[in-house]
Amino acid sequence: MKFMILVKANKNSEAGELPSEELLAAMGKYNEELVKAGVLIAGEGLHPSSKGVRVRFSGGKTTVIDGPFTETKELLAGFWLWDVASKEEAIEWVKRMPNPMDTESEIEIRQVFSTEDFAPSDPTGELRAAEERLRAQVEKKP
Amino acid sequence: MTATDAQRTINAVFRIESPRLIAGLTRIVRDVGLAEELAQDALVAALERWPESGIPDTPGAWLMATAKHRAIDQLRRGKRLERKHEQLGHEIELQQELAAPDLEAAIDDNVGDDLLRLVFISCHPVLSTEARVALTLRLLGGLTTEEIARAFLVPEPTIAQRIVRAKRTLAEARVPFEVPRGAELAARLSSVLQVIYLVFNEGYAATAGDDWTRPALCEDALRLGRILAELVPQEPEVHGLVALMEIQASRLRARTGPSGEPILLLDQNRARWDHVLIRRGLSALARAEALGGARGPYALQAAIAACHARARTAEETDWARIAALYGALVELMPSPVVELNRAVAVSMAFGPAAGLELVDALLSEPSLQGYHLLPSVRGDLLAKLGRFDEARTELERAASLARNARERAMLLERAAACARGSAAP
Repeated sequence: MKFMILVKANKNSEAGELPSEELLAAMGKYNEELVKAGVLIAGEGLHPSSKGVRVRFSGGKTTVIDGPFTETKELLAGFWLWDVASKEEAIEWVKRMPNPMDTESEIEIRQVFSTEDFAPSDPTGELRAAEERLRAQVEKKP
Repeated sequence: MTATDAQRTINAVFRIESPRLIAGLTRIVRDVGLAEELAQDALVAALERWPESGIPDTPGAWLMATAKHRAIDQLRRGKRLERKHEQLGHEIELQQELAAPDLEAAIDDNVGDDLLRLVFISCHPVLSTEARVALTLRLLGGLTTEEIARAFLVPEPTIAQRIVRAKRTLAEARVPFEVPRGAELAARLSSVLQVIYLVFNEGYAATAGDDWTRPALCEDALRLGRILAELVPQEPEVHGLVALMEIQASRLRARTGPSGEPILLLDQNRARWDHVLIRRGLSALARAEALGGARGPYALQAAIAACHARARTAEETDWARIAALYGALVELMPSPVVELNRAVAVSMAFGPAAGLELVDALLSEPSLQGYHLLPSVRGDLLAKLGRFDEARTELERAASLARNARERAMLLERAAACARGSAAP
């Protein structure tokens, strides 16, 4: 199962302040643990919303709105994409994270839609039968 | 938190901690079966205590301490632990190990080696492939017996038995507990990679069905591969295997149509490919290649997959490169199926006549006699050369060997097109 881990912004991240040496080191070590556990797929920090832009869609028209945006606690400062076996595992990994901000902060965890969620049905059972034969085939593969 | 919430959380913690826990215990007690039992005992204790006391700050350390206490208990009661260690003359060492506090630093130093040790034991060549798969998924993947059984469409007691027998075989064979090094490590690695790729294929080869655990197997295999890549970063074939799996996994969403019909690679909607996984695959392949030396079979297969992944459309595929890569692969894996794939690539790069020459050389191959793809490929090449009568015969023959009704229908359509004197259906 894949999850997006969203790091909410705060006024320091919005001010473009870089994290302290200590925090960078702690985060570096944490990211290493994610890699060693085979869990990390992607992870990036985001520039503050002062460099960002919004595009609003309304009645077939688009409007471009420059940042910064005011509702800081609804903004994002960064994200990860993780590969774990359950939501509880994602939560557990987040709990082990060093606080990404030097103040109170919040992380949101959202499951990513995957093939299983869109799995088409197999009304005649033919796909399941084909699965069995394919499996025999795979066992004979070089 | 409800009782089941607490249980799910504790199970998630255990899933994260159990490979290291079992690996560490295996080093101490030198018996992987006993190590797993002690780990399970620690889990039971956690399920009893944590709902009330809360999850400890360092759950791994708590679990290890609990498991060690159980081991000491067993020692006091003169159980098998002591007998085994008397035999090995390890008794004094063992008592010291069990009594020692778990210093954070000491744990960190040992972890990589412990995990590697566990990997090589779980994939030991003395075990059957089935046994290796079950044991690896259990000890390193953290899957429950039930999850493994569901993934392989086999009853749970069968898997449970398989794991019990595997542990017995390892104990009886007295497999050494040293981590293989150097040349021995490279040699033993192939059986590990085989296990991981087998798990991946079990998940990947499954066409869309109603069993949602199958694609999860690809993820389990990918995680194991990525973990291994960090444990033995100096081994190019590990990165090669990871690259191959990441790129193949990138196509999972594009492989089936709206009514569940399989879609061939060249017909897939490439916008549905997962480009994050493709980038990871290409990066893993680069790691393999940066280590130098001739490419091994996994790196070659990954390089072929990468050729497809890099092409924005099927028309932009670098077939000449794929043909050359198959040429290298067939030297390492001299299989008629690989040669047939090479023939297809050659025909795409250099024209149907060149491909047909290679296919014709395979006609007497005994292992391909019942294989529908041989006449299917031959039929396509003949059609492209305008030899429609011969093409039709081949495609009808392929249809008779097809594995399911949908495949048969597709082949018969192509045969019918040849009867109309055209290469396209």
